[in-house]
Amino acid sequence: MNIKESIHTFSRYKDLLKELVSRDIKLKYRRSFLGYLWSVLNPLMVMLVMTAVFSRLFRFDIPNYPVYLLSGQILFSFHSEASNFAIGSITGGGSLIKKVYLPKYIFTFSKVISSLVNLLFSFVALLLVMVITRTKFTPYCLLFPIVIAEMFVFELGLGMFLAQAAVFFRDIQYIWGVVLTLWTYSTPLFYPDSTLGTGKLAFLVKNFNPLYSYITQFRDFMLYGVMPSGRLVLLGCGWALFFLILGMGSFYKAQDKFILYI
Amino acid sequence: MEPIINVDNVTIQFNLATQRVDSLKEYFVRLLKHQLMFQSFFPLVDINLKVMPGDSWGIIGVNGAGKSTFLKMVSGILKPYKGKVTIGGTIAPLIELGAGFDGDLTARENIFLNGAILGHSHKFMEAHFDEIVEFAELKDFLDVPIKNFSSGMQARLGFSLATMVKPDILIVDEILSVGDMAFQKKCELRINELLSGGTTLLFVSHSLDQVRRLCKQALWLEDHHAKMQGNSKEVCDAYEAREDVCIAKEQAVHG
Repeated sequence: MNIKESIHTFSRYKDLLKELVSRDIKLKYRRSFLGYLWSVLNPLMVMLVMTAVFSRLFRFDIPNYPVYLLSGQILFSFHSEASNFAIGSITGGGSLIKKVYLPKYIFTFSKVISSLVNLLFSFVALLLVMVITRTKFTPYCLLFPIVIAEMFVFELGLGMFLAQAAVFFRDIQYIWGVVLTLWTYSTPLFYPDSTLGTGKLAFLVKNFNPLYSYITQFRDFMLYGVMPSGRLVLLGCGWALFFLILGMGSFYKAQDKFILYI
Repeated sequence: MEPIINVDNVTIQFNLATQRVDSLKEYFVRLLKHQLMFQSFFPLVDINLKVMPGDSWGIIGVNGAGKSTFLKMVSGILKPYKGKVTIGGTIAPLIELGAGFDGDLTARENIFLNGAILGHSHKFMEAHFDEIVEFAELKDFLDVPIKNFSSGMQARLGFSLATMVKPDILIVDEILSVGDMAFQKKCELRINELLSGGTTLLFVSHSLDQVRRLCKQALWLEDHHAKMQGNSKEVCDAYEAREDVCIAKEQAVHG
């Protein structure tokens, strides 16, 4: 399919994308008393618990710990939610894929966008905590969309790769839970960078963990009010592009076989 | 005139693993034991069909003959293994009951979701909303989640949605069988209306009377092959005669 044709198909189905995203958001908190408020309350409450645990029990010496924690936390939640949703996106959309001809990536795409919307809700929680802790707002704060854009591309690529793989091997969704746990601990979310030391581990995390790059950039913008190093931004973009190509390539190759496996 | 649907010598293949392998562990265990055998299964073999714009085709055959697979191939969901399918128009798919409905969403929300699946914009759906609801006779149930609907109510909504805009090709798969008599009548009327407006119809049904009434041509599928195609009356009669023979045989055996 050539590019012009692809864009035409996409524009035809952009309303479907909207409907799918709004369905996810509507259904998430339907019938709960506080509704959408939970999207902000949830990260806030998790942050409170974690701050209490990690500043009393483990005592990391990090200035402005609540903001440090929450800024990493909301990005990582985006990562885990987007990838978890994406894994089941094709198998979950099975009833539709079997009956109507649709571009299949729409399902994965809509899940990643839904997670992005949830991230924006959590972002409100972060702003609240920044106000309460009297964190200094700098013009750099306005640059945060750069990180979100890098990360969105990364999640989209990763999600497409996982989604197509999960169609053929359902166990991926169970393995993924373990991978995410490992990923949580190998990213400086609640501990400082210095904990990693200067050895092999630090080298691995800083170069091969895309989340490290995104979270560090995000903290530079929001918390420290500085420009992240060019190397960090380049690394983030590189990983995003790599996963996008991997995801799109594998998805494109596999999509005609989906119907036989769902 | 160019045919609107051109099915040219199409064969469809499924890889039926003798047992479904969908876990990694199983895959590797079987790979090591050399048990990864795929059995090829051909639900449709060498099918040829040319459908002209405005034609109405009934597709008949016993269960498992390949009728639904045929519809899936025409709507582009299944890709042919051999041969070629060319489609020259928009398709409103009505493949099955409740396709594209989300049980947790209300009827109102589902109308917009389903419209988007068919490729209509939100604005367009808003404009046609009342029309859809009126035809489906579901005015009082708009804010009820679809999972609480009866199958007849779902079929009504599905049919109303798919036929709201005049599609080039309308595909109906046994969906009418769940509605009551009055609604079936109404649907047939609507289909006839669309047909006279130039829509092409593909219609799967076990009710031969319905096929005779609605379709000019018919395709009889048996054992994954096209057994007969042509005038719907003749094909239906031949099929019925054959069915009668089968039933008579069966009764002779059991009797």
